[in-house]
Amino acid sequence: MTITTGKKKEKIDRLSELAARNDERGVSLWKEAFRRLRRNPAAIVGAVILGLFLLVAVLGPFLVPHAPDAQLWKGEIRLGDFPGPRGENWFGVDHIGRDEFSRMIVGARQTLLVGVISTLIGLAVGSLIGGIAGAAAGLGGRWGRAVDNVLMRVIDMLLAMPSLLLAISIAALLGAGLETVMIAVGVVSVPVFARLLRGSMISQANSDYVLASVSLGVKKPKIALTHVVPNSLAPVIVQATLTLATAIIEAAALSFLGLGNNDASIPEWGVMLADAQPYLDSAPRLAILPALAIIVTALGFTLLGEAMREALDPKLRK
Amino acid sequence: MFRFIVRRLLQLIPTLFGLSLLLFIWLRRLPGGPETAILGERATPEMRAAIRRNMGLDEPILVQYGRFVRRLIRLDLGTSTSTKRTVVTEFVERFPGTVELSVAAMLLAIGVGIPLGYLAARRRGRFLDHASVGGSLIGICIPVFFLAYVLKAIFAENLGWFPASGRQDPTIGATRVTNFFVLDGLMTREWDAAADALWHLVLPAVALASIPLAIIVRITRASVLEVLNEDFVRTAEAKGLTESTVRRRHVLRNSMLPVVTSIGLLTGGLLSGAVLTETVFAFSGIGAFIYEAISQRDYPVLMGFILIIAVVYVLVNLLVDLSYSLIDPRVRVR
Amino acid sequence: MRATRPKAAIAAVAVAALAVAGCAESDRDDSSGGSKKDTLVFGVAGDPKVLDPSFASDGESLRVARQVFETLVRPEEGGTKVTPGLAESWTPDAAGTTWTFKLRSGVKFHDGTDFNAEAVCVNFNRWYNAKGLMQSPDVTAYWQDIMGGFAKNESPELPDSLFKSCTAKDATTVDLTFTRVSSKIPAALMLPSFSIHSPKALEQYDASNVGGTAEDIKYPEYATAHPTGTGPFKFKAWDVANKTLTLERNEDYAGTKAKLKTLIFKTISDENARKQALRSGDINGYDLVGPADVEPLKNEGFNVLTRPAFNILYLAINQKGNPKLADIKVRQAIAHALNRQALVDSKLPPGAKVAVNFMPDTVEGWNGDVTKYEYDVEKAKKLLAEAGASNLTLKFHYPTEVTRPYMPSPKDLFELLSADLKAVGINVQPIPLKWSPDYLNATTSGTKHDLHFLGWTGDYGDAYNFIGTFFDRQKDEWGYNNPQLFAQFKDADTTADAAARTEKYKALNKAIMDFLPGVPVSHSPPAIVFGKDVTGIKASPLTDERYASAEFKS
Repeated sequence: MTITTGKKKEKIDRLSELAARNDERGVSLWKEAFRRLRRNPAAIVGAVILGLFLLVAVLGPFLVPHAPDAQLWKGEIRLGDFPGPRGENWFGVDHIGRDEFSRMIVGARQTLLVGVISTLIGLAVGSLIGGIAGAAAGLGGRWGRAVDNVLMRVIDMLLAMPSLLLAISIAALLGAGLETVMIAVGVVSVPVFARLLRGSMISQANSDYVLASVSLGVKKPKIALTHVVPNSLAPVIVQATLTLATAIIEAAALSFLGLGNNDASIPEWGVMLADAQPYLDSAPRLAILPALAIIVTALGFTLLGEAMREALDPKLRK
Repeated sequence: MFRFIVRRLLQLIPTLFGLSLLLFIWLRRLPGGPETAILGERATPEMRAAIRRNMGLDEPILVQYGRFVRRLIRLDLGTSTSTKRTVVTEFVERFPGTVELSVAAMLLAIGVGIPLGYLAARRRGRFLDHASVGGSLIGICIPVFFLAYVLKAIFAENLGWFPASGRQDPTIGATRVTNFFVLDGLMTREWDAAADALWHLVLPAVALASIPLAIIVRITRASVLEVLNEDFVRTAEAKGLTESTVRRRHVLRNSMLPVVTSIGLLTGGLLSGAVLTETVFAFSGIGAFIYEAISQRDYPVLMGFILIIAVVYVLVNLLVDLSYSLIDPRVRVR
Repeated sequence: MRATRPKAAIAAVAVAALAVAGCAESDRDDSSGGSKKDTLVFGVAGDPKVLDPSFASDGESLRVARQVFETLVRPEEGGTKVTPGLAESWTPDAAGTTWTFKLRSGVKFHDGTDFNAEAVCVNFNRWYNAKGLMQSPDVTAYWQDIMGGFAKNESPELPDSLFKSCTAKDATTVDLTFTRVSSKIPAALMLPSFSIHSPKALEQYDASNVGGTAEDIKYPEYATAHPTGTGPFKFKAWDVANKTLTLERNEDYAGTKAKLKTLIFKTISDENARKQALRSGDINGYDLVGPADVEPLKNEGFNVLTRPAFNILYLAINQKGNPKLADIKVRQAIAHALNRQALVDSKLPPGAKVAVNFMPDTVEGWNGDVTKYEYDVEKAKKLLAEAGASNLTLKFHYPTEVTRPYMPSPKDLFELLSADLKAVGINVQPIPLKWSPDYLNATTSGTKHDLHFLGWTGDYGDAYNFIGTFFDRQKDEWGYNNPQLFAQFKDADTTADAAARTEKYKALNKAIMDFLPGVPVSHSPPAIVFGKDVTGIKASPLTDERYASAEFKS
């Protein structure tokens, strides 16, 4: 649930530092990082998984043999006895007579959507808060420090609140549904992005090139736009990749607790896993398939994210 | 040091009031109230109205909050609307379970995670490294509740090695003193009760530890790798110190700072995992109870429990901050 | 999954712990000599809320109460018929308002005091004379449901009391007098909430002193730690920290003594967790078995018992929701659109039936001769066209995170029925809500809901407990006002003669099915499971299983 919680401070500091270094070495660093990435088997595995996942997510609805919500085999459903894998239904039929294969394929898109949108929510809100805090801290002075302080205490409070309980109470306010899951999971990742951006802005404000620019008389907003923001991109992309994995798993947990998307026409892996709970005995595949899909996808994002971080981190380079 | 502790504790007071006000308003903005949860299908609109009025839920929110604060100052947290027992009683009976489970999970995560992360770093690129990095990746990517079912299916249902539910075999009839079952067993010298409680802890602790363990392995590994590359380690090696001295005096000690930080943060996050773990293992604790309280709109329980948890969280992180200065003398608490 | 080192290390720790526990285990077996065979651990879905059934309305509290307490009359074992309990016989007077109960003699409470007519009156007067917070609807829900109000109502909303007085004529004869004739008497007296408590214990532990303030009601000590009845089991301990409640055999029980020495209820809220606990031997049985688990458990040799279906699941239609729903043709179209048989076949446990009344056929007053609304897509389309409602969009509420005995996996049921509705051209807007409190609030108040699931498990074997609960007055759940129907209910309830009353219920069922406020969907038999070596328990439609007769096969 709180995959990132523990790593937050450590990772954020690391990323901020490396972002600061990147600029010193110039754009070629990106190329170099990419070259290193290509040589890393973990990154390749992650990229292949994600490539497949994206392909399925984008093309899925055009590939499937049946509509995911059509109860075509309703007549064959008896309590706890559903047709298993067969020529017509590669993954068998689910508990209300729908083609499991089609649902798995179409489910990829929803899962991706939940992951991406909730990450974007976290990214947007978190970056806004972190950006303001970082800018305030960078400006310094009594008021700057005060603004920074207040914002960071709010973020600390969010961190102190158990993320799942926060998500559950958001879901209680909004009712179950796809948007709820996205917002709840997004809000939970706000502190990560806020700390990340604030940290990287502060460390860059103190970096040599910014000091140099300042002494050359370049205006602060211009420095922020031309140096600070672009340089924050690398750590943010890395963090977003890792957060995507968390988001997918947290969404599954919310679905397990019955707060997930409930529209049958748009299947989603987390919901499918939750819905299969009563049939763990009679049709375990209905739980195992979506669970494996979730694990493998999350693994793909994590592998790639970690590899990217390593590739961009000069300290870990050999 | 003393002033540092006092200041941190004093900071707690405004934080608690802020948190309680936010929480109070937030909870009352949730649709529905305890009146429906109490009576279920049986509730008629008249009954619901009567309960709402009796509970004072019709009054303005600030009036209700004022009443809450006046009682909070007298350390009275009220009674649960669903069980009608005092919030303090509920806490005293349920919190020890979560603490036992969390401590077991953290001990497992630290006891296995730090050595493993260290060894992985020392043998970078070898099998052990790949295996522990791979294992920790999977640990992070597997949903806790799914892992819990799988563990139970294998070790409880099929092999029958461990119990699948609860904190202790009720047929033992163990004496309760503190509600920390392991501790109680040791205090009352009911060795079998203590052993049984430990035995019940194994599977839920493994499930709950999966994420912290994975994170600690990776942070330890990364941190050790970084320290191994530092000049002072090379110097120490060049000086001709034995490998074990270098390890003990320099590498381990210097790489522990981020690990300890993460342990502090992970402790706060354990509660989220505990909600699912306690539910799936029918383990009596506050995680599952708070979850239940949200659906019951049990305002007093939610307010009381979350405030107490916030205090605990702050205290744990205070301890973590204090431990920095023990690990690294350069860090001075101010 | 690769066998990685962390896993190996965990296994090592696990094995070490196992070794420790293993030693402890063998120690225990030596000392107690296999005494486990007279201890039954039963898995239940929730903690009981209170031990005094006068204050209870949740099933788990009532389950405990049924073992510790007895009532004047009780349901027959495995059925709903009114049979002797603490009273051997009962007769109404000519007016039907005074009932004379002849009590059993030689019965003692757990605290050693005698059960007699005086004790019965102490109990009834305690409920009737409730004061202050004891009149709160969340404290005495069942008394208020059956009897209405109290001696001195403290809230203007409370109706007059049905109960009037109790007179102990001699040690074993007691008269209960009511203010009017009611169909509820004597069947409602089977409810565990009318359990007879020891007057001495009530006094000693201040049982009627429901304290605190209204916003935080505190139960007296009696209700949390000292329930004292006449039942086959005595209360021993309630260990909240371990989610267990322990009862022990009442050695002085007046009837057949319990075969079990100890009965333990253990709370396991998750359905799969209960199943896994049974398989791993943690518990010897559990309630609320998932319908899909019935066959697998049976095949493994567990004793799966099926309770006769004493419930109803219905699809409610709110006539104040979408205005088209006030049109009887639209309601009829909905009824014809639903393939209820397919739902029963694919989602409900064996023995489930399609409902034709809003009450099960085992209750007197059930009427097979009503309009039945068979599954007919064409007819449904035609009716919709006639009503000018060809492009209808309806909000369909269904609950999440809940299994009720009458409604296993509501989401699956929703998906089946919403597909049926779509097939006749009705657009469905799904509104999933968390069962408590969101769903119950949204469907039983306001006007925003169009269609929703709800149901009922009978408290006792009387038609009024079903159809009266749903339809005897104007309710937000249905949104209609039908004074004629309401008058018919009042007439039936106050008919003293049982046979005449049954006829009136039959007429009511016909009227309801013609008016079609909603569609009765199904009656579903809930299952309860016991270990392979547990025998002697008979499943009860009222969940009144007698754990006292359970024993282990040797």
